[in-house]
Amino acid sequence: MNRTAGKLSLLLLLTPFVLWIVLLVLLPHVQMLRISFQVRESWDSLDWGVTQYSNFFAESYYWRTFIRTGVMSLLTTALTLVIGFPIAWYIAKLARGRARGLLFLACLIPFWASELVRTYGWMILLRESGLFSSWLQALGWVDGPVEFLYNDVAVIVGLVYNALLFMVVPLVTTLDGLDDNLVEAGYDLGGNHWHVLRDIVVPWAMPGIVSGCIVVFMLTLGSYLTPTLMGGKDSAWFTQQIFTQFITRFNWEQGAALGVLLLVLSSLLVWLGLRLTGQNLRKVLG
Amino acid sequence: MTAFTRFALAAGVVATVATGAVQAEELRLLTWGGYAPDAVVAQFEKETGIDVQVTLSNNEDMISKLRATGGAGFDLAQPSQDRIIGVQRQFNIYQPLDMSRIDTGLIQTSMLNATRESTSMNGGQYGVPAVWGTSGLIVAGPAANVVTDYTDLCADAVAGRVSYRLKRPTLIGFAFAMGEDPFAAYDNEGEYRAILEKVEAALIECKANVKTYWSGGDELLALLRTGEVTAAMAWDAGGWTLHAENPSINFVAPESGALGWIDTFALPRRAENVDAAYQWINFVNRPEIAAQITNQSGNFTAAVGADAFVRAELRDAYRVSFNQEALDNINWYPPVPPGLEALEGQVLDRIQAAN
Repeated sequence: MNRTAGKLSLLLLLTPFVLWIVLLVLLPHVQMLRISFQVRESWDSLDWGVTQYSNFFAESYYWRTFIRTGVMSLLTTALTLVIGFPIAWYIAKLARGRARGLLFLACLIPFWASELVRTYGWMILLRESGLFSSWLQALGWVDGPVEFLYNDVAVIVGLVYNALLFMVVPLVTTLDGLDDNLVEAGYDLGGNHWHVLRDIVVPWAMPGIVSGCIVVFMLTLGSYLTPTLMGGKDSAWFTQQIFTQFITRFNWEQGAALGVLLLVLSSLLVWLGLRLTGQNLRKVLG
Repeated sequence: MTAFTRFALAAGVVATVATGAVQAEELRLLTWGGYAPDAVVAQFEKETGIDVQVTLSNNEDMISKLRATGGAGFDLAQPSQDRIIGVQRQFNIYQPLDMSRIDTGLIQTSMLNATRESTSMNGGQYGVPAVWGTSGLIVAGPAANVVTDYTDLCADAVAGRVSYRLKRPTLIGFAFAMGEDPFAAYDNEGEYRAILEKVEAALIECKANVKTYWSGGDELLALLRTGEVTAAMAWDAGGWTLHAENPSINFVAPESGALGWIDTFALPRRAENVDAAYQWINFVNRPEIAAQITNQSGNFTAAVGADAFVRAELRDAYRVSFNQEALDNINWYPPVPPGLEALEGQVLDRIQAAN
C-alpha cells in the first residue's frame, strides 16, 4: 500500500515535467522532422523527399551563413569567457559579504529587461546620432558623426553583453568550491600567477568553464534579435534564415529542414567541444 | 450553508459569467496598423454590440497565421489583392465572398472591378478593395535632386545614406527602374528569372551604399528623422507623415512609376462570425468612417466620397506627390502566381548573405 502510494506521488510529481518534455519539446521536433522531408506542390498534394536538405548544400548562402554564425558564436563564447572569468574570480574569491551580493545583482539587473530593450539600449548608444558619436564629437576627437552600429563588431558586443551572466554564474559556482589553500600552496612552491592559473585554477574550474561555454554558445547560436537589429545589412544569421523561411516565405518545409540542421550541427559542435576538452556531459552538468 | 453548497454556488456564478462572455458577439479582425482606429472600433461596437478584437499584421504574417490554422482564428483579414489567389491555391485559407451581402454602391467601381479580376478563382470572388496606396521614394533635403528613381539609390552622392526593405517590392521597383517589366513576365518563369538575376546583381552592387535594410515602419521613420538616412524606398503614407513634421522631406513617385497596392477584405475559410465580418465591411465603407481610417493610416480608401472628410493637409501632401502623369504611371501589382515567391526568396537570401 505504502509503496503504491509512493509510486503514485512520484508519478504525479513527474507528470508536469513529462508533459512539458513530450508536448513542448519532443512532439514539435518530431513534427518539424516530418515537415522537413515533405515536398509541397499544392495544398492538397504532398510528396516526400530530401529536396530541402540538398538545397542547404547546393545554395552556398545557406551553409556560408551557417559557418559564419558558428564562427561568430565561437568567438563570442571565447570573448565572454575572457571577460567573465575575472569577474567570476572577483565575486567568488575577493568580494566579501554585501559587496558579493551587490556584484551578483549588478550582473543580474540587465536581465530584468527583455532582450529587445537591451538591444535597443545598445542601438541608442552606438547609432550615428547616438551618445557615443556625439560624445566623441563634443570632445573634438572626431570631425563628423561616426557610425558604430550595423557591423560585425557591434553584433559581437551585443551578444557578449547578453551572454555574460550565463558564463559568470557557473564560473562563480565552481570557483567558490576552490580551496584558497591550494592557491597559496601554488605560490609557496614558487609558482607565478601564470603557473597558478594554468595548473590549479583552470583545471579546477574546467567543469564550470565548459558548462558556461556550452550555454553561451547555444544561446548565441540561437539568438535572433541582436544580430538582426545590430547587424543591419550584414546581419546574416542562421536563425534569421529559419525565421524568414517560416514567416516571410511560408516555406515551412525549408525552415524545418534548416531547423533540424541547426539542431544536429550545433549538437555535433558541442560534442566535439566536450571531446576536445576531455569533459563529459555528466561531469559538466553535475 | 455548508462549504460545499457555497462552492457549488460560486462555481455556478462563474459558469454563468463565462457563458455570458462567450455569447457576446465578437469580430476577430486581422489587419494592418491604422486600418481600425480606436474611434471607429468604438462606434462600431456601440452601433452593433459586437466586440472587435484587432490583431495587427502584415501580408506575410497574415498568410502564416491563417496557414497555421487552416484559415481559423479570425473572422476577417485584410491581405493585399495580389497575395490572395496564389496563396489560396497553395494553402486553401479563404472562402469566397457573398457579394450580395456587401453594399457595393459604397465602393469605387474601378477598384471594385480591378480587385474582382485579380481575386477571382473557380467562379468565386475572394476579395473586395479596402485601402490603397503606393510605394515609391522618400527623399530628404539634398538627396531630392539626385534620387528620382529606384536605381538612383545606388548613386555615389547618397552613399551610406540609403535604406530600403529586403522584400519583393524592392525587387519589382528596381526591375522597373532598370527598364524591365516584371509584371509582364509573371507568367513566364524563365523570363522572370532572367530579370531577377539582373536585379540581384544590381542590388548586391548597391549594398555598399545602404545604411541598413529597414524592416519596420517605425525603424524607417527614425532613420529619416535623425538624418541618418536621406533617401529610402518606402510607402507614401510614411513620407506624408514625415513631410508634416519636416517640409524638406518628401514622398516622390519614381520616374519608372510608383508601385500601387490595394489591401482588401477577405474571409478566412473557417471564420466563425461571418455576419459580423460583412457588417464591418459595410460599416467602414461609409464615407465619414472611411475618412477616419485615412486620417489615421495616411492611406486612402476605396470608399466613394470619403475625400470630403479627409484632413486638408493630407489631401495637399497627396497632390504634391502625385500629379496626373504620376497617377497614370502607377504600376498596379497583378496577382502573384504560385512559386514565384520562392524564386524571389532565394534572390533576397543571396543579397542578404552577399558581402
